[in-house]
Amino acid sequence: MESNLITENKQKNKLEKAFEILKTMASKPSGLIGLTIVLFHVVLALISPYIAPYDYKAISPNTMLLAPSAEHWFGTDSLGRDVFTRTILGGRTALTVTFFGSLIALLWGGLLGIFCGLVGGKIDDVVMRVVDAFLSIPWILAMLLIVSLLGTSTEVLIPALGFFYGKGIVRVARAATHDVIAKDFIISARARGHSNLSIIWNEIIPNVRDAILVEGAMRWSWMLLGFSSLSFLGFGVSPPTPDWGLMISNARGLMSFAYWSVIAPIVGLSSLIIGINLTADAFAKALGIDRSTKAPV
Amino acid sequence: MLLLILKRIGLGLITLFIVSLITFVGVEVLPGDACTTYLEREAYGAALDACIKRLGLDVPAYERYLDWASNVIRGDFGYSLSGEMPINEVLGPRVKNSLVLASVSILIGIPLAIVLGIITALWRDKLPDIMISTITIFSMTIPEFISATLLILIVAIWLGWLPGIVIIPSDATFYELLSNIILPVVAISMIMTAHMARMVRSSVIQVMASDYVQMAILKGVPYWKMVFKHVLPNALLPAINVVALTIAWLLGGVVVTEVVFNYPGLGRLVIESISNRDLPVVQALAIILASIYVGINLIADLMTLMLNPRLKSLQIRK
Repeated sequence: MESNLITENKQKNKLEKAFEILKTMASKPSGLIGLTIVLFHVVLALISPYIAPYDYKAISPNTMLLAPSAEHWFGTDSLGRDVFTRTILGGRTALTVTFFGSLIALLWGGLLGIFCGLVGGKIDDVVMRVVDAFLSIPWILAMLLIVSLLGTSTEVLIPALGFFYGKGIVRVARAATHDVIAKDFIISARARGHSNLSIIWNEIIPNVRDAILVEGAMRWSWMLLGFSSLSFLGFGVSPPTPDWGLMISNARGLMSFAYWSVIAPIVGLSSLIIGINLTADAFAKALGIDRSTKAPV
Repeated sequence: MLLLILKRIGLGLITLFIVSLITFVGVEVLPGDACTTYLEREAYGAALDACIKRLGLDVPAYERYLDWASNVIRGDFGYSLSGEMPINEVLGPRVKNSLVLASVSILIGIPLAIVLGIITALWRDKLPDIMISTITIFSMTIPEFISATLLILIVAIWLGWLPGIVIIPSDATFYELLSNIILPVVAISMIMTAHMARMVRSSVIQVMASDYVQMAILKGVPYWKMVFKHVLPNALLPAINVVALTIAWLLGGVVVTEVVFNYPGLGRLVIESISNRDLPVVQALAIILASIYVGINLIADLMTLMLNPRLKSLQIRK
């Protein structure tokens, strides 16, 4: 009975804490703007298949390169497809790929980092050397290599992005683990005879979680940038998938007279990236983690 | 001190060795080899055999790696598959073009970033800071291909001031390049400046809050003398490392910018060689770009060491 009460209290505390963090984030204008933009994009991504007025892949020679009008809010592209439909569905593509990619990055990067920080020694040295080496290959070259050899589809892109963007999280998780590893509560847990797994789960993860989550939020925006750059270069998702990078690269050649088909995806992508960045900054500040002196690697 | 420098160089070389292993093993492990990926559907019978012979794919992988690595150390990257010419000849003009683009951007970007960073720090949370900081946040978060596309749309198409996409032969002379790189330079230095200005800003703010600056203020040191004599030397030092990382990070962004502007540099070669499945060129590019990255970081590390007396004595004591 009593233990039930405690877990109930714990859960309530967690919810309350999350709410507190959200409140702190929204208390500054930049955080509020960021949260609003991200929320708007997430809601739009969820409902876009139901509100899209046209079929995103319906090609029609009669509606080529129409200017924005009542029927086609954002005009049509060079194949006669509705730009509004493709723009709102493009957000769905971008958010799906980068959300699951970030999740994978957080999981493997975080766990490997904690493991390295915990065991130290030779294993740690070797892993960190390899991570350093991966960091020194320009992201675009590595991504292009993976994608060009494994093919372009979301099933390849999500793990590839997740793998590639997780290596920075390894460092952060490792450093955070180093900070807590010598603390008394870990030593006492060891003295109580807890196993390594139990120490990682009960003692280390709750203490390094914040740092890893903040890093993950930043990685999310970089991953979105990387993903859309790949699509723009023709190495991301394949047509006719509605995707902002792909839309911009297709419409670029004709923008001297059909600027609308390039403006809509530009606004969508820029606003989402800025929104995620502002939110991540506010998140870091609300958790009391200073990110202002970090380089973008 | 010398030992420390040697140690850093050694670590850099180990990193490069691992990078070469990663690219080699990556190409090796992934399905297909240079011949099957290059010949694609024609990869059977005599053509395949000839290709395997020509590239020496019939010897074991570790022997090929040693062979390739020893050639690379001597500065020979082998032959490109698609152009059938030495990779060194393919790379030469591209490296020059990219160097021109990068150095002009850096020459414009770094001083501008320092000035903007100082302005935003000294007028912290006032109008100049809010305006400049908003612009820097925008220009550092928006992807390179978007800012480059917008630049072409606004400057070249709507205003008609500059040619948008120019066709530059890869062996263009220095002066031919200069007149055509205005927009690419703006696109690259915009992002670079934004990153560095933010860095300089937070660094200056930190130093301004330190005890010795407070002391200088209390002693009545004139404001501008304090800024230039006490604050800046201490604030710009930690920025060197981040500047180096930013430049190295931009290598990826330069690829995209070069593609948007159709600029014949290393970046476009990356895309071209990967589209052509020219794996020897891709391997060469990976090593070259990684060496640039490691080199820039090494220089930054050494510069901070030499310029910071405190760090120097600390390291010696260790």
